[in-house]
Amino acid sequence: MSINRREFIRIAGLSTLVGLGGKTAFELLFPGQLEAQLAPLATGLTAQRWAMVVDMRKLNGATAKKCIDICNRVHNVPNLAVPNDPKVKMDPADVNRWQIKWIWTDHFHNSFPGQEHAHVQDRVKAMNFLLLCNQCDNPPCVRVCPTQATFRRPDGIVMMDMHRCIGCRYCMAGCPYGSRSFNWRDPRPFIKEENPAYPTREKGVVEKCDFCAERLAKGQVPACVEVSGGALIFGDLADAKSKVRETLKANFTIRRKPELGSNPQVYYIV
Amino acid sequence: MGDNYKNEFGVFGERPKVEKKIYDAKYIFAGLVIFFALVTLPLWKNLGKAMPAPVPKLDTPVIQKLAEKDRKCVMSTAYMRANHMTLLDDWRTEVVRSGKRDFVGLGGTKYNASLQNTCLECHSNKAQFCDQCHNYVAVTPTCWGCHLDRTQKLAEAK
Repeated sequence: MSINRREFIRIAGLSTLVGLGGKTAFELLFPGQLEAQLAPLATGLTAQRWAMVVDMRKLNGATAKKCIDICNRVHNVPNLAVPNDPKVKMDPADVNRWQIKWIWTDHFHNSFPGQEHAHVQDRVKAMNFLLLCNQCDNPPCVRVCPTQATFRRPDGIVMMDMHRCIGCRYCMAGCPYGSRSFNWRDPRPFIKEENPAYPTREKGVVEKCDFCAERLAKGQVPACVEVSGGALIFGDLADAKSKVRETLKANFTIRRKPELGSNPQVYYIV
Repeated sequence: MGDNYKNEFGVFGERPKVEKKIYDAKYIFAGLVIFFALVTLPLWKNLGKAMPAPVPKLDTPVIQKLAEKDRKCVMSTAYMRANHMTLLDDWRTEVVRSGKRDFVGLGGTKYNASLQNTCLECHSNKAQFCDQCHNYVAVTPTCWGCHLDRTQKLAEAK
């Protein structure tokens, strides 16, 4: 059997058309059944741009500790200094280097480098600033992630997909705030009381604060905001009547390292 | 020319005589027998013994409490048996990446798309329900590296 050139070109052209259109036609005939079945929870909180204001005038040591404790408990964040089994005690240097931080405190000169000077007000010098992921508008961690394990949600939350994280730690190098921690070892032996409703992490992934995305989906504000007694203000930056916007309008606020261009969305009233 | 043969180097009078035999045949064959015996050992060892097929159990406290007609999974049993891994995979992608946590299952019932909070709520017997089959077919899902098995907690509580 032989075909002439004209016939060959015709068949080749037709096969290309079928090949290009085939997938689309298939999708049209049998649309993804499962995808159609999933929808966001109706009770969830939604926003165009989530943001937080930390009111350092109201935040004292006890409140900060409460915020940190609830966060660690809710998200199964390990405390490497206190293993469940005393036999797996870690070297104090490693405890410090390998610590997992979602929300933590630090002094002014570490929190706002470039704005400190020799004669900073004593009141500010004594402050322990509550630090967490800034959920940047232009997040460097997202830019460097080779697997898109960390990504920016449309509502501004910089989210981690632990299933995709390969543990390369580029994001940690990219983040100017030290908001990301790597699991150098299995965290489970260091979680005092596991929250059965939230997963732990495993060795080899990076983790960070995600504005309690799982709580927002259920219609709850982040855990730290809930226990802060008004020191942390959380809301939608796009909504002019939201509490964050009103707070920002009424007070002078600073942000951490805004000169880097990452556009952090956690504001501080000093 | 009789037995003369030719190759690229010229014409030769006689083919070299090579004995047609296997040297050290008894050692080689004995070795081969031992090799095959060892390789097929697992077959011989399990000959006639059928590995019992896994029987996933459903008698967890939560399922027991449900009325007979309410004892159904998010999708049909046949679907879940064949496709639970794809379903869970879709759940995790949609929940984490798109924030879609509501799953409309069989008969329009809404479920929270969560392995740890929905699946394990009813199937709190991970060892019998999940591990048994996974071990039988020799798969090791990586779910449990992070997702907590609530069974242990329940057992400890008791």
